[in-house]
Amino acid sequence: MNDMTNKWIGQRTIRPDGAEKVTGRAAYAADTTMPGMIWGKVLRSPHAHAVIRSIDTAKAEALPGVKAVVTRADIVDFPLDKPVMLGIQDMRWMSRNVMAREKALFHGHPVAAVAATSESIAAEALRLIEVEYEVLPHVIEIDDALRPDAPILHDFLRFEGKPSNIAGKLEHKLGNIEAGFAEADVVIERSFTTRPVHQGYIEPHACLVSVAADGKTTIWSSSQGQFMVRAMTALLTGLPQSDIRAIPAEIGGGFGGKTIIYLEPLATLLSKKSGRPVKMVMSREEVMRASGPTSGSKSTVKIGATRDGRLVAAQGTFWLQAGALPGSPIRGAAGCGFAPYTIPNVVATGFDVVSNRSKVAAYRAPGAPIGAYAVECVIDEVAEALGMDPLELRLKNAARQGTKAAHGPVYPRIGFMETIEAAQAHPHYNTPLGEAPAGRLRGRGVASGFWFNAGGESSAQVNITEDGNVVVTTGHPDIGGSRASIANITAELLGIDYKRVSVLIGDTATIGYSNLTGGSRVLFASAMVVTQSAEKVITSLKERAAKIWKIDPEAVAWENGEARPVSENAGRFPPLSLAELAARATETGGPIGAGVQLNTTGAEGGFATHLCDVEVDVDLGIVRVLRYTSFQDVGRAVHPSYVEGQMQGGAAQGIGWALNEEYIYDRQGRVENAGFLDYRMPVCSDLPMLDAVMIEVPNPKHPQGVRGVGEVPLVPPLAAVANAVHDALGKRFYALPMSPPRVLERLEG
Amino acid sequence: MAKIHVTTTVNGEPVEFLCEPQQSMLDVLRGPLGLTGSKEGCGSGDCGACSITLDGRLICSCLMLAVEAEGHEIGTIEGMASGDGLHPLQQKFLEMAALQCGICTPGVLIAARALLEKNPDPTETEVRFGLAGNLCRCTGYDKIVRAVLETAAEMRGAKAEMPEAVR
Repeated sequence: MNDMTNKWIGQRTIRPDGAEKVTGRAAYAADTTMPGMIWGKVLRSPHAHAVIRSIDTAKAEALPGVKAVVTRADIVDFPLDKPVMLGIQDMRWMSRNVMAREKALFHGHPVAAVAATSESIAAEALRLIEVEYEVLPHVIEIDDALRPDAPILHDFLRFEGKPSNIAGKLEHKLGNIEAGFAEADVVIERSFTTRPVHQGYIEPHACLVSVAADGKTTIWSSSQGQFMVRAMTALLTGLPQSDIRAIPAEIGGGFGGKTIIYLEPLATLLSKKSGRPVKMVMSREEVMRASGPTSGSKSTVKIGATRDGRLVAAQGTFWLQAGALPGSPIRGAAGCGFAPYTIPNVVATGFDVVSNRSKVAAYRAPGAPIGAYAVECVIDEVAEALGMDPLELRLKNAARQGTKAAHGPVYPRIGFMETIEAAQAHPHYNTPLGEAPAGRLRGRGVASGFWFNAGGESSAQVNITEDGNVVVTTGHPDIGGSRASIANITAELLGIDYKRVSVLIGDTATIGYSNLTGGSRVLFASAMVVTQSAEKVITSLKERAAKIWKIDPEAVAWENGEARPVSENAGRFPPLSLAELAARATETGGPIGAGVQLNTTGAEGGFATHLCDVEVDVDLGIVRVLRYTSFQDVGRAVHPSYVEGQMQGGAAQGIGWALNEEYIYDRQGRVENAGFLDYRMPVCSDLPMLDAVMIEVPNPKHPQGVRGVGEVPLVPPLAAVANAVHDALGKRFYALPMSPPRVLERLEG
Repeated sequence: MAKIHVTTTVNGEPVEFLCEPQQSMLDVLRGPLGLTGSKEGCGSGDCGACSITLDGRLICSCLMLAVEAEGHEIGTIEGMASGDGLHPLQQKFLEMAALQCGICTPGVLIAARALLEKNPDPTETEVRFGLAGNLCRCTGYDKIVRAVLETAAEMRGAKAEMPEAVR
């Protein structure tokens, strides 16, 4: 399938869900209604850290129009002594995240929820709930959380035998780090910080839940996995999974932030108690205070190189804020930072630190941008110290087939070197920066990045309609165009026009188990199950043609959407089209269709190299990106437009992370900028065109050569922008974001 | 609280509704009028997902009181395609993959149409500032800006001049 004779793979076809989305008809979770529906709202803690002594809901329940109230007493608790894992999520923490139990652990932590006949009555009811708190000292920043006298969030957490806010540690080791540094001629060690940033999906969390009188429960919600919604809701409410049907609404962005649930179990319990369908929608402020974000961090990276530019030793320590409950993405920070390079001696250590802010959720290559920021900035300094071109240094040390990575694998065929070579050859790298206007300075930066990518469980069903067209169903919410790619692949395999393929996302009742839309796994995994299903369909079609012609099925070929005899020796018959075979399905064996369910493996890592030009206004401190080009090994671009879209969107998010986005807390531990006005994501006028250069080194372990492409694009930008700002100003920044006040401070300092 | 009766025009059709005095136009569109194509991303006028036109002028419907619709003309995403087909902007967004998750798309399209009605031949910079009130977190805006420039050129009967340094 990887040759250039493809008719549909690689084509920029119109996405199957497109017309509904440009006309406002696509149904997102908040667009869904039901007869008799009522509204749920959440009461949230006004304190960053407090014991909840009591909750009195009597007055709220007495308010006319209030139909149900739920508190911690209604959520299934999980004993603290042993993990209850669902994928990478521990339900002990998930239970306490959706509703505070012993303590409120962050400002905005849910304490109770009500359902009422109108939103305004629900809001009024929240004011009538009386909660008695014992306010405790709180801690937000990593350094504060690690102090010996720091308030301890969880009595049950111990680190090295003592009560601690360190919830976990991870270490990757390769070679002999001391010997490695002893061999180095140049050693650079630097420390960095990044602030917590939010995924920033435009659609707030929303769901509608109906629990019928017999307990049968239907959930419409915005998530990155309907099966995750079903499983977590079942665990937190005590309902059996077989009673829950989770229907994936169209999802308005997730970026990892919708791989866990917040509202669904509350709405389910409210619906069960009230006997009415319950709708819940977060406000933007609630999204910012109580969902996501990713970790703030501090890290120290030390890299040693020989005079001729060989990286011989690398050590990194990464401290990540988990938020109120354990689970920061230390694996991404510690595992991905050094992964693009062949370095014989590596120690990478991650620490998971809890503090009184909302629990982190995954954010696009979780942890990897944090690790890569520190590593790629130090690599830039190593290149400077050696007097080497930064791309040349990267190319000289680039990981390749056979490289043993510190986090475990030996790489198969990968395309990292190709991304660097493409950058070196690109006009962007070979065009002078040009003269900056007075009062401004220009610079260029480069950085690379890696993400693991993932396989895992997927299911597909491919059915031939009676009129000879195709309906494909898979189990992954389509977050960025995956249906379009599946249409291309199915059309290619069956040899028909892509417009004859309809692609749907099944719910938990209509398609087999499928893991999350996450880990850049969707097209990798669903292409595998769709391919195997389509191959089964083709086998069946050939058997039917053989039956009609009364020849051996082996003597039938499937070409261009038709069955035909493999040769004249097999017999002389006019070809049978898909439509003709579909019309004769009943007489040849019944309905035509096939499904496949797999635990997919072979999702190899992805690599990218980014180039960034900036212009810094030295009077205002504003950094403006003038030009940006991403080079990525995308395996096989099944639908190039949506691959480019991933690259461009990731670059934009990274530019926001580097330049402006950050959570700002007040002295009481409250987020001060819980809205889009003050949490400054890039707008259209902030950015230039974002050039995306796709490099296709097919994944040898995938039928179409697919590699995950969605997350790698957020890994290099932080350092690419930081290195460009250094190039412009001659000064290095070791903290993000490089927002105007920080830039001015650095320029004046 | 007594509800207020409002008579207005939505997408060229006469419409009447009852609303509470504090209700936003967005709430009435999405609720009683069933026009859920306008989205709520922030409720504070910062994201543009609820963009509509009021007498042809681009506004955030979350910042407009529903009672203010009295006697005016409202345009929403549901009225953008005509009976015989998509608006050229809608068609171009599909062809050029200028959407990913699609939640910002209705607002972006309404803003883009308002821009082209005022300025049929915008520069890239004018498009970027014309859409600066519409947050998109998926696309990085690249394909959106290109699609608007291409559409503008097509509607003028010209060929789009893509910005330099870009293939």
